[in-house]
Amino acid sequence: MNNRVWSFLVPFFSVIIALLIAAVVIILIGQNPVIAYKAMIEGAFGNIQALADTVIKTTPLILTGLAVGFGFRAGLFNIGAEGQMIMGGILATVVGMHMRGIPPLLAIPLTMIAGMLGGAVWASIAGYLKAKTGAHEVVSTIMLNWIATYISSYLITGPLAVGSGTPKSPEIAPSAKLPPIVTVGALEMTSGILISILSAVVIYIVLEKTKTGYEVKAVGFNPYAAEYGGINISKNIVMCMAISGALAGLAGALEVMGLHHRFLGTLSGGKGFDGISIALIGQNHPIGIIFASFLIAALRTGSSNMQFVGVPKHIVTIIQGIVIFLVAADRIVKTLLRFRKVKR
Amino acid sequence: MMKGIVKRFPGVLANDHVDLFVEKGEIHAIVGENGAGKTTLMKQLYGLLKPDEGEIYINGKRVEFSGPADAIKNGIGMVHQHFMLVDNLTAYENVIIGMEPRKGILLDRKKARKEVKKLSEEYGLTIDVDMKIEDMPVGLQQRVEIIKTLYRGAEILILDEPTAVLTPQETEELFEVLRRLKKSGKTIIFISHKLNEVMEISDRITVMRQGRVTGNLITSQTTPQEIARLMVGREVVLTVEKKPKEAGETLLKIEDLWVKDNRKLDVVKGVSFEVKRGEIVGIAGVAGNGQSELVEAITGLRRAERGRVLFRGEDITGYDPKRLRDLGMFHVPEDRLKRGLIVDFPAYFNTILGRHMIEPFVKSGFLNMKEIKRFSKQLFEKFDIRPRNIELLAGSFSGGNQQKIIVAREMSFSPELLVVAQPTRGLDVGAIEFIHKTLVSMRDAGVGILLISMELDEIFSLSDRILVMYEGQIMGEVRPEKTTPEEVGLMMAGKRLEEIRR
Repeated sequence: MNNRVWSFLVPFFSVIIALLIAAVVIILIGQNPVIAYKAMIEGAFGNIQALADTVIKTTPLILTGLAVGFGFRAGLFNIGAEGQMIMGGILATVVGMHMRGIPPLLAIPLTMIAGMLGGAVWASIAGYLKAKTGAHEVVSTIMLNWIATYISSYLITGPLAVGSGTPKSPEIAPSAKLPPIVTVGALEMTSGILISILSAVVIYIVLEKTKTGYEVKAVGFNPYAAEYGGINISKNIVMCMAISGALAGLAGALEVMGLHHRFLGTLSGGKGFDGISIALIGQNHPIGIIFASFLIAALRTGSSNMQFVGVPKHIVTIIQGIVIFLVAADRIVKTLLRFRKVKR
Repeated sequence: MMKGIVKRFPGVLANDHVDLFVEKGEIHAIVGENGAGKTTLMKQLYGLLKPDEGEIYINGKRVEFSGPADAIKNGIGMVHQHFMLVDNLTAYENVIIGMEPRKGILLDRKKARKEVKKLSEEYGLTIDVDMKIEDMPVGLQQRVEIIKTLYRGAEILILDEPTAVLTPQETEELFEVLRRLKKSGKTIIFISHKLNEVMEISDRITVMRQGRVTGNLITSQTTPQEIARLMVGREVVLTVEKKPKEAGETLLKIEDLWVKDNRKLDVVKGVSFEVKRGEIVGIAGVAGNGQSELVEAITGLRRAERGRVLFRGEDITGYDPKRLRDLGMFHVPEDRLKRGLIVDFPAYFNTILGRHMIEPFVKSGFLNMKEIKRFSKQLFEKFDIRPRNIELLAGSFSGGNQQKIIVAREMSFSPELLVVAQPTRGLDVGAIEFIHKTLVSMRDAGVGILLISMELDEIFSLSDRILVMYEGQIMGEVRPEKTTPEEVGLMMAGKRLEEIRR
């Protein structure tokens, strides 16, 4: 069986196996897994509000997943999507606040670009350090995450602080807000999802159809051969980190522009790190990442509803963990599938 | 003895009713082209693969192996082409792994060390048992592998292309060891496609081609020509036909070049020479005398510390590989898996590596897949690369065909100068003949070729001029028709030409 089929089959069966194992856990705590899963599905897709909530959660996950996934393809382990998302959110907020009187057609792209720039510059620091000194990007991006976290909390408790309660920045200008696709009660399903999906498509095209994609993958697979092939490795590293960071930065910008309309609390709340799991489940494939994000978002949205029928929502953490484990250890699933084939 | 062995892989009949008779206490060579099914056959003998048909007898007793553990129990040991050693453990630790002598529940290190030392001395396999594998040259690592099989009580040793990674000296030492093992009653199965080695070391030879046995020979009663014919299925010219040719203008000029290696030590120390149009300049030398670094410095993969590289009069020192290709300098690298190919890319992407950024392969940033595949198919046809499937990952081709992909690529963009390093390492006679012929025809067409090789035969049969490198310096320049292998050998060992001819 070829790789393409595997990269679809493995995550798919991993989810099924994970659901089965989690079902056993649910039985062990004395509940009925059928009822629990039914509640979860209803909670994630049962009505338009639930669906809107799932889509809202999907939006940034696609982008952070892409950020990490794109890095992986280039042989870079960008753990810094979290910090890049924060920097993107901050820059988008600052620019968005100053968009009063500028028409949305200009204000929206400008704010988005600001967000992407924030993430890109932040990630390029790690890229530059790697290219120049060989400093490993895992270490430098983790450090940059903390710096970004503290910069943001300084800004929204200091110079940019407004109101009381959760630290937050002022609202961005109305013209910089993303128009919702549908509004259900207080919940606006943001059009950011379209931008996320579009980004995945663009990244797919870049990776598969362009010279840049060829070079990115060449460096990711074998930097020595890439160098021999006339590809500038240092330039490639910095560029890939910048693209990766721009995607994470865009995630931050969309959260600001479509959801909170301001920089709120920590903004990222671990979504940058979720990108790592999502990239893994989506097998670093842009389209796979869309589905993986949707899956994780649905699990999370549905988990609250599951809680109502008496099953703790932490079950979804178990499911997520098992999926990641199985995808990472893809041999297990492959062996299971092959074994079944042999028996048949 | 193996009888009627059949092994099928999807789409391939790897072993087609193969019979192999090995007598106790002999050195038995199995020769054949890449992909002839030698390794597959041995993997079945070692229990790594299960034959689809056929029977295996050891000392007249029918055996069936469900894994290497069974084979080891029956006294069979195998030294793989790629060593299976733990780099950061010492030699003796590697030997005892999985069969550690114990004192209670603890590892009895003292006893382990002593036993390994004893074994190594008994068979003349001199090693420092406390040295870590990562600090050893390949020749020593191979010894550790051999000791490992002996430690497990092997009476029959399978060596899969043991000389492919060795220098001539190391090969000689290995043969010494093999002879000693034979004397002490061990049976050795030696897989190779280097005919001269087979002639030197083996007692009998089984020749394989396309999964079948095409000959059972007694070494003392055969010739390399006969073996080659049985291997390839046709007459093979072992020496290349080369018409004398007047060299043209100077293409490449190296002036007092100094290069450091990764440890920041000088390994190329003031080398100067020229390559002209329409000539092959061969650089001979034992591996590790600075040839690799010299090539990397010329081809833009390593910085030169001092000196200049001139290409058609232009100072190209420090140019990157892309610019060099733009100028017409192409490069077949010595390590095809590390440098030459991206094994996870399909073959068609590999056939454009290095030229992937130019038209018609790229148009305004987008890959022109139709053109790339057309070009790739054409190369596959022209160079007879098999299997004829450009969609396969480069890593799934045999070594010979991988090398063909690289050679085909580097020759197809009308080079002016080709820098070719170890072009036939690990290849079979058929592929070697092909690559040699291609190189000579390039030379005849006016291309300048710089050939770096550890194979003295190759240097002698291809070069118009021979330079010998030793410890980063050129020991002398000779013409192949006016020198002898002995003279070149002396230079390889560090004697200057002036000293020899004085």
